[in-house]
This record gives sequence, C-alpha cells and structure tokens, in this order.
Amino acid sequence: MKTLTKDYPLQLSGDDSPIVRFQNVTKRYGELVVLDALDLDVAEGEMVTIIGPSGSGKTTVLRMLMALEKIDDGVIYVNGEPMTHMEKNGALVRASKKHLRQQRTNIGMCFQHFNLFPHMTALENCIEAPIQVLGLSKKEACQRAEELLDMVGMLEKCHEHPARLSGGQKQRVAIARSLAMRPKVMLFDEVTSALDPEVIGEVTQVIRKLVAKHNLTMLMVTHQMGFAKEISDRVCFFFDGKIEEQGSSSQLFDNPQKERTQQFLSAVLEAG
Amino acid sequence: MFDWRWEFVWQILPRLLEATGNTLLAAGFGYVIALVLGLVFALAQRSHFKPLTFATRETVEFIRSTPLVLQIFFVFYVGPQFGIMLSPWTAGMIAIGLHYASYLSEVYRAGIDSVPKGQWEAAMSLSLGPVRTYSKIIIPQAIPTAFAGMGNYLVGIFKDTPMLSVIGVAELMHTANSIGSEYYRFLEPYTMVGIIFLLISLPTASLLRRTEDRIRKKIGLRSR
Ligand SMILES: Nc1ncnc2c1ncn2[C@@H]1O[C@H](COP(=O)(O)OP(=O)(O)O)[C@@H](O)[C@H]1O
Ligand SMILES: [Mg+2]
Repeated sequence: MKTLTKDYPLQLSGDDSPIVRFQNVTKRYGELVVLDALDLDVAEGEMVTIIGPSGSGKTTVLRMLMALEKIDDGVIYVNGEPMTHMEKNGALVRASKKHLRQQRTNIGMCFQHFNLFPHMTALENCIEAPIQVLGLSKKEACQRAEELLDMVGMLEKCHEHPARLSGGQKQRVAIARSLAMRPKVMLFDEVTSALDPEVIGEVTQVIRKLVAKHNLTMLMVTHQMGFAKEISDRVCFFFDGKIEEQGSSSQLFDNPQKERTQQFLSAVLEAG
Repeated sequence: MFDWRWEFVWQILPRLLEATGNTLLAAGFGYVIALVLGLVFALAQRSHFKPLTFATRETVEFIRSTPLVLQIFFVFYVGPQFGIMLSPWTAGMIAIGLHYASYLSEVYRAGIDSVPKGQWEAAMSLSLGPVRTYSKIIIPQAIPTAFAGMGNYLVGIFKDTPMLSVIGVAELMHTANSIGSEYYRFLEPYTMVGIIFLLISLPTASLLRRTEDRIRKKIGLRSR
C-alpha cells in the first residue's frame, strides 16, 4: 500500500488535540462502502453516542477504532499517535501487527453479545489479559479485577462461569474485563440490545457510574434514546456511513435540523 | 464343528498378552505423535504465510488419500534407499503418527472453526497475542467439539496397529501369525486377538463418551 503524505500529520500536537481522530476514514466490504470518508474527533473525557438506522455503519466505527479490521483509506489517531499507521522515514505507512497490538491497549470494547470466555470464571476473564499483556502479577491482577467486579456489583459471583450468569451480569463482567486493561477510551456497542428489559438498568447504571466517577473517554452505540439523551456530551446521527448530523443531546434530540434525523427520531420514538 | 482347544489357548495366552502390551504401546505412542503433529498441521493451515498453508494442505490431502499400509511400507523400505535406516518400531510410529495426524488436523480445524468469531474479537480487543489467544482462549473451547473425533481416532489407531505387523513390529497380529505358523493352528490365536481387541475397544469408546460430557461441563459449556 502506498505511503500517505502531507495531508495526514505524523502526530497530533497541541493542548486541544483530540484523543481519538478519524480522518477521512473509508471502509469497504467489496463494493459496499460502509464508512465513507469519515471525519470524527473525540475529546478526552467526552461521552459521544452514535445513533442511526441499522446498517448505517455504527458498529463498524467502533470495530475500526478497536483495530479489529483494516481500514481502506484515511488514518485513525489515538492519543495523538497514528493507530492504523506508523511513521517510517517521515511518512505514514500501514501499522505492523505489533504496533496495532500496542495501540489496542489504549482502547477497551464491550460487545452486544458480551463475548466472555465461557471456560473461565468471571474473575479469570478479568485477569487473563492484565497478566499476559500488561505483565501484572497474579496477585495484582486479582486485586484490580476484584475492585472492578465490586464496582459493577459482581464481586459475589466472581467465581462463576458465564453460563451461570444472566445477560445483565455477563455484560457487567465484560465491562469489568475491559476496564481491567485501564484503557483510555471505552467503546460500547449496543451493550443492552441483547438484554431482557428488566436487566437493562443494571448495565446502564454501571455506565452512569463510569461517566460520573472516571474521566474516561467513551464512544457508545445505542438504541436507547432516553439514556443517550441523558448521558451524552455529544450525539452523532449516522446515515450511510457518514455523520448526517451531530450536536449536544438537547440540540440533536429536541431540535434536529436535518430531515433524516427528524424521520429517524420520530420513527424510534413511535416504536417506543 | 469347531476343534477348539482350551489347553492351547492357555499355552499361548502369555505370549498374546505380552504382545497386547506392544499393541497398546504402539497405539499410545502413535496417538501422541498424531495429537501433537495434527495440531501443528491444523495451525499451519491457518497461518497467514501462504506457502506454508499450501504445502501443509497438500501434504494432509496426500496422506489422507493414500492407504496406511502403503505409507508404512514406504517409510520402512524406501527410507534406506536414501540412507535413512529405521527400525520397524520407529518407521511404524512415524507412518501411523503422520497418517493419523493428517486426520486429526481436520478434527482440530473443525473444532477451531466452531469457536465463535466473537471470541477472537474479544481476545483481540484485550491485546492478547496469537500464542495466548490460541492456547488460552481458542483451543480450550475447540476441544469439546474436537473431542468426539479425537476419541474415534484413538480407537481407530488402536485397530490399525495390526498393519504394523507387515514390517515386523511384534504386536498382537504379528504374534498371532507367528503362533499360527509355528503350531499350524490359527483358530485360537486369531479368535483371541479379536476378543482382546473387543475387550479394549468397547470400554474405551464408552469411557470416551462419558469423558466428553465431563469436559464440556468442566469448562463451563453446556453438554450436548
Ligand atoms: N464482515 C462484513 N462483511 C460484509 N459486510 C459487512 C460486514 N460487516 C458489516 N457489513 C455491512 O456493513 C454495513 C454496516 O454494518 P454495521 O456497522 O454493523 O451497521 P450498524 O451497526 O449501524 O447496524 C451493513 O450493511 C453490513 O451488512
Ligand atoms: Mg451494529
């Protein structure tokens, strides 16, 4: 792949530089353009929510930032450094596997279907990567995991396997597992969509706590408009792999400017 | 009508039992080789290095499409022409180990493929490297699926050990043949060999079935 030049800085500098920057990011699956020259900045400590119709590329944004797949064009910066690329002889070239693995430690991700490791207990799920990747001792890792499991209200169940936990409990363990890596940015992809209505609250409560107590940067994809409105610093409405409209929650929910945003919001509000 | 002689049975039983030891040793040793090498084949076929993937896939396909007995002869008799002299045991273990490794690699592959994509992504999102991802996340979950196939091939390799008699490994079949030609009586030795195989195969198969369920429970997966 060609090296990228002048349009993309080798690093972001300045006090107001964002912790996450998507610059001109394109992702295709064959002919299908899923992200279309996307630009998106997220400031440190900001809670950004992504809403939009199914298939508009919301999950893809998070997956690209987690470096689960390669992007086709553009650069993603994390913490001022290029993540999808790295510097070589004064130009940006595609990141090596090692660079990607290193960069991923800045990001944590929670999935719609939890993706807990079923053969490990809740605690084992939370200590595996801190020991292997961060080099913590087992004792340190357990201590950190227990604190986090306590924070999400799962300490009593820490020796249970996922099969014995409810959906809400699994998702709380999954959040603790991601946090145990001390990421700078947390990604939540519809973390309540697979849950029964009566347990959604226990997961959103954990996210509220994170927003209130920690200066974490978060990107959240959700269909819960009420929760999004309450908690977000900024809301981005996605349509066809682009940000159709964005603004503070009151701007976007109470006074949407674009027609597509209005249609989407009235459709979801009607659906309840 | 049968001319079955019990005193002959008692006379040859010690030799047959000794040979049973060799049969078990051959099956066990061959199986261990096949288990390890099969995993190497399976992982090589998943590597991102295309020539390795291609070479492994072709080798596995080749071994699977040719008879075991030919492979045994080949390793034992063709090796010396290239200056590789192998004892019957060594040649036999190489041949049977390679043969079953190629079958087991497919079993492993199916097991690995049965692990949901989300597990890979979770491992990736936690920055786990490939070695850890395979050894701690993927393979432990692949084993319950692979276990049934692995068990079948354990019984299979055991039942295929008589093929080693063709190059003179002193296992059960070879011993029964020798007894037969020494005494000109084949009924008792061959019948006894059949009974011994049955007495080992059947309980092993049922033990494997029960173990499969235990493993699934132990690693926290629901039993099938
Ligand atoms: N691995 C893939 N291969 C092909 N198409 C994909 C793949 N992943 C996602 N897509 C397509 O990309 C589009 C956006 O997907 P996604 O980001 O999951 O949407 P959203 O999360 O907004 O519902 C969809 O049309 C989807 O079918
Ligand atoms: Mg989605």
